[in-house]
Amino acid sequence: MSGTTPFFEIRNLHAKTEDKPILKGVNLTVNPGETHALMGPNGSGKSTLANVIMGNPVYEVTDGEVIFQGQNILEMDPDERARLGLFLAFQYPVAIPGISVAKFLKGAADARFGQGNVKTGPFLKQVREDMDYLEMDKSFINRSLNDGFSGGEKKRMEILQMLTLKPSLAVMDETDSGLDIDALRIVSKGVNRMVGPDFGLLVITHYERILQYIKPGFLHVLMDGQVAMSGGPELVKEVEKSGYDWIREKFGKEVLV
Amino acid sequence: MSNTETMYKLETDSKLVQEYKYGFVTEVETDELPKGLNEDIIRAISAKKGEPDWMTEWRLKAFRRWQTMREPHWAKVDYPPVDYQDIRYYSAPKSAGTGGDGHGVDPELAKTFEKLGIPLNERDRLSGVAVDVVFDSVSVATTHREKLAKQGIVFCSMSEAIRTHGDLVRKYLGSVVPPGDNFYAALNSAVFSDGSFCFIPKGVRCPVDLSTYFRINAADSGQFERTLIVAEEGAYVSYIEGCTAPQRDNNQLHAAVVELIALDDAQIKYSTVQNWYAGDANGVGGIYNFVTKRGHCRGPRSRISWTQAEVGAAITWKYPSVILEGADSVGEFYSVAFTNKKMQADTGTKMIHIGPNTKSTIISKGISAEESVNSYRGMVQVLPTALNARNHTCCDSMLIGDKCFANTYPVIEVETSTAITEHEATTAKISEEQLFYVRSRGIDEESATSMIVNGFCKDVFKELPLEFSVEAIKLLELKLEHSVG
Repeated sequence: MSGTTPFFEIRNLHAKTEDKPILKGVNLTVNPGETHALMGPNGSGKSTLANVIMGNPVYEVTDGEVIFQGQNILEMDPDERARLGLFLAFQYPVAIPGISVAKFLKGAADARFGQGNVKTGPFLKQVREDMDYLEMDKSFINRSLNDGFSGGEKKRMEILQMLTLKPSLAVMDETDSGLDIDALRIVSKGVNRMVGPDFGLLVITHYERILQYIKPGFLHVLMDGQVAMSGGPELVKEVEKSGYDWIREKFGKEVLV
Repeated sequence: MSNTETMYKLETDSKLVQEYKYGFVTEVETDELPKGLNEDIIRAISAKKGEPDWMTEWRLKAFRRWQTMREPHWAKVDYPPVDYQDIRYYSAPKSAGTGGDGHGVDPELAKTFEKLGIPLNERDRLSGVAVDVVFDSVSVATTHREKLAKQGIVFCSMSEAIRTHGDLVRKYLGSVVPPGDNFYAALNSAVFSDGSFCFIPKGVRCPVDLSTYFRINAADSGQFERTLIVAEEGAYVSYIEGCTAPQRDNNQLHAAVVELIALDDAQIKYSTVQNWYAGDANGVGGIYNFVTKRGHCRGPRSRISWTQAEVGAAITWKYPSVILEGADSVGEFYSVAFTNKKMQADTGTKMIHIGPNTKSTIISKGISAEESVNSYRGMVQVLPTALNARNHTCCDSMLIGDKCFANTYPVIEVETSTAITEHEATTAKISEEQLFYVRSRGIDEESATSMIVNGFCKDVFKELPLEFSVEAIKLLELKLEHSVG
């Protein structure tokens, strides 16, 4: 692939929070049309990676690059990254009291597609259809964003935002945790609607369960802030069967508690 | 063009947005009294207004009382001593007319109010609002008068009301805020120059919102307006107040008194968007806003609500209150107080429960940015007669930046075991998590902050009349533009 601009590539990424190094040289490439899964034990840096990609100011990048659409996005504010087509489905979506779902989505769509390019009528009609698809109650559109929502409702709201903003690369940070089987099916249905030749997806998860619904072509295992192993779908089965210990041994790291 | 669109256009015009867009000065010839305060000045004010003797005497009595009183200093505000002899207590544009219906207003004045978004001529008038316009010491126009008069509604300047509806004014003036109530109320009672008078007779629902727009223009004058609203049995009125002043380096005093009286089953909704000049980033200049506002739910089942968006003034000292005397009466206070630069706001409310089954609600949202100090001061008093009284209080403070302060001073005094009072309070820094979440959807930092702050204020803004709520939201956005980043 040398000579062409990479679509999404993480190069030697190092990041820390409060002087504690968490990412210690992550390398990972996602091409358009590909779905990648990222797994790993607790504390391996999965959520940190998701947040650093999006630009959470809590984390400080100490080395490396994240190239998206040919630009090093580490130089950009989170909102610039989003307008470029990056999306993060949060593990813990935040409530914004007093701002309705409709108002928030319209504000975000205006930012992403340019004010004046989003006509309120057709836009809201599309949102309602998407809500229908995600089996959400219509009344949600007038409720304050994520305020008093259940865990499952919040996760569906993340997917609704993804469908609305049509990113070209989405990172899902443990979207599946805390979901019952029905919610998981609905969320996966929403995600799969995005999947296509121009869309890249990085699914961060703790459990193999979601990978039965969202079929990744690639799996990466993160350990102690580095990608310890990468492989195809067969690796998912290996992890499911044998856990992480054998990878850790192979990778030559100390066992983490 | 709808009113809402007009305001949007005004508020988003980038040239106007830069600093304080209302900071211009109107060149008009003025009729002034010399600076300083004594009995002669008070007699002169009264004479200029052609007042009856009882009014002159009322003023003089208030003045004598004021001389025995001391400026209050218990509020959490700090400012150099005010020289009350260095203030001009009367300044009026020469060609203002006498508070007529808007015909024949000095074009220079009409232009001023046009610029402020308050058209005075018939053609451009807001269809749903009748406006009384007060420029320095006098009312220059009151619109929609004939239409209102047909229903027996009196809406005119206070000066005019004293001449034409003397008995009504005499009956109610000072009955809620007596002249000796506090230092500023006494001063106001002695020197008040104009304001609005509204009287809604028994059983009448006022068909339009009544509104007064206050404008301070002269450099060294104070503004002391007096507003009196009386809603008779079963009457309803929604009243809106707006304020601006030019940008000047000296501090100017605004000491107003507002009295509301609601008889049996009457309802008064009083909304304010206060955007006096707040001074510059170094705290130079700005209005001292020392205001006494009080409502009296005199009859059973009456209802008074205060809704305020306080976004201006260098110093604010203001506690719109309700005396709940009538059984089953309801008092409400919804407030957003925003401070930035070196502004100081000490504001809140008093709910005094006297009658049985009286209810009150207090929702206060304080937002402090830059180097400002924002304090909520509230009192809920339940007297032994107020059986089964209820109060719900919620005051939240938000801090933007790390050089500002938020204080909360709630007092609850309950003298009956049957009352239920609830108090919730929170103080939070604008949440980094919320900001990151909103920004991760493509919304820039300034818009994200403004969105979160607006959401925080929503419970208050939704109580404002629609066009006004749009204006309040836009104003807050403008103020935030200079306080974020």
